[in-house]
Amino acid sequence: MKLWKSWVIASKDFSVFRKKKSIIYSVIIIPLLMSIILPFIISSSGLKSGSITIGEFTALLNAFSFFFVILAASLTTVIASYSLLGEKVEKSIEPLLATPTTDEEILLGKSFAAFLPPIASIYVGLVIFMVLIDKLTYSSLGYFYYPNWNIAIIILLVAPLAAILSVELGVILSSRVNDVRAAQQLGQLVIIPFFGIYILGEIGYISLGINSMLLISAMLLVIDVILFYISTITFRREEIITKWK
Amino acid sequence: MIDVENLTKKFDDVTAVDGVTFHVDEGEVFGFLGPNGAGKTTTVRMLSCLISKTSGDARIAGYDIDNTADSLKIRKIIGLVPDNVGLYEELSAYKNLDFYGKLYECNKTQRKENIEHFLRMLGLWDKRDVAAGAFSKGMKQKIAIARALIHEPKILFLDEPTVNLDPESSKMVREFILELKKENKTIFLNTHNLDEAQKICDKIGILNTKLMATGSPKELEESVWGSKTVIQLEQVNEMILDALDKLSLNSIINDDNKLTIDVVNPEKENPAIVAAIVRAGGHVQYVTELSPTLEDVYLKFVR
Ligand SMILES: Nc1ncnc2c1ncn2[C@@H]1O[C@H](COP(=O)(O)OP(=O)(O)OP(=O)(O)O)[C@@H](O)[C@H]1O
Ligand SMILES: [Mg+2]
Repeated sequence: MKLWKSWVIASKDFSVFRKKKSIIYSVIIIPLLMSIILPFIISSSGLKSGSITIGEFTALLNAFSFFFVILAASLTTVIASYSLLGEKVEKSIEPLLATPTTDEEILLGKSFAAFLPPIASIYVGLVIFMVLIDKLTYSSLGYFYYPNWNIAIIILLVAPLAAILSVELGVILSSRVNDVRAAQQLGQLVIIPFFGIYILGEIGYISLGINSMLLISAMLLVIDVILFYISTITFRREEIITKWK
Repeated sequence: MIDVENLTKKFDDVTAVDGVTFHVDEGEVFGFLGPNGAGKTTTVRMLSCLISKTSGDARIAGYDIDNTADSLKIRKIIGLVPDNVGLYEELSAYKNLDFYGKLYECNKTQRKENIEHFLRMLGLWDKRDVAAGAFSKGMKQKIAIARALIHEPKILFLDEPTVNLDPESSKMVREFILELKKENKTIFLNTHNLDEAQKICDKIGILNTKLMATGSPKELEESVWGSKTVIQLEQVNEMILDALDKLSLNSIINDDNKLTIDVVNPEKENPAIVAAIVRAGGHVQYVTELSPTLEDVYLKFVR
């Protein structure tokens, strides 16, 4: 396994993404908007006026930070389907497979390409989010709410694991679907369970605290491992050349 | 250089390539001729280690296509121009080639020199920074050829490289292939253009799932029938036909005072035929040789 080859493939994809306005918009603008809009919703939520309690307030914040997990899952499917289906639609996968590069190196390169831009953008968004929240709430709380363990688990475990899930789903979808749009729309279904968790957290049915985050991470890890096996089976040169139509 | 023995590929219940055997020597241009669905692309894909064989054997420069370690070595020494060019349309011609240069493990100088060399050779150096999506089909095909050559492979596989090209671009691609032959590259060319095969191939294989015939264009032509002599007379009459009958020739066709005669040994038989006609009072206007074309060969094997 030559990691540098995967990196060459990922870098090529980054150059292609740079020419695609829709990708730049969705990957950069959406997390940025979230990181600004969410803190202002919170600041107008009435913590200062005392109409909600600190407990309600932290539940709200935890739910909002989970929003970035949804973004990680959703943005990554957009990029993953583009990165793989783009090769399929433009028929560039055949000359690519003809180079002395292994299937694993190509799959890893494609995964880097789909994983890194959304996760980087979400990290930047999360930093802005944390700074704004701290600025807006320090006077009422008397301490800096962020960073805390909850968001650390989101940054280090939940968001990356959710993005990996989307990459793998993108790989599997690309082998079955022929159209970038269709794959992106199907891929968006991945956010349904995450959205469900978010809603349950928002209405206070479950807590989105540290324990739930660890539990969600563990579940994601199991799903990721299973999907990894399925995706490596679909990503074999013979399959790609003969079945990806 | 390319040794194929009984190579077979089945897709579920469809046999795409059936027990094909042939050899291509170093520096040879081998043309694979066949109708749509004959298995040309499938063969090239097996030989370039993109799909696996079902049975049989194939070696490229001694490496086994069925061995995983060998397959990487094979892919390093071959170049492939697939039937779909598959360029990255958003990237410039230069970036497309540079990307492949990296994957083929060429160092920086090698990439720089070879990209410039081939783009100049193909007349596209001035357009190196233009996005590939903006190129015409012919230009894209040329870039695809340059892409397959970036790592200076010993063997080049081309899958219908002139399909969709105008006559001038086709000619340029053909001349380019002959140029590569001078550099002693082994070239495997899939085509259904008979004229093209005749012009540039040293050896031709006619494929229709099975390999129907192989040989040089000349050998193949001669294998269809011997030779025919065509004699144009002012007037054909019974006396002339009677005289020819006595020579016990295989077949004589008379069409508008033009006699087409099957001959086994034209150098010996032609003088006797002409002498007989003259003695019978015929006026000979033209005597020509009619030889089978590659088209006759192709149609004989493919129909
Ligand atoms: N992925 C596949 N799955 C099933 N059958 C296939 C597949 N690829 C090719 N075939 C079948 O194999 C046979 C040979 O196809 P192939 O593409 O090799 O022909 P070809 O000589 O390249 O034709 P063309 O001149 O049209 O390019 C055809 O009958 C085709 O339907
Ligand atoms: Mg073909």
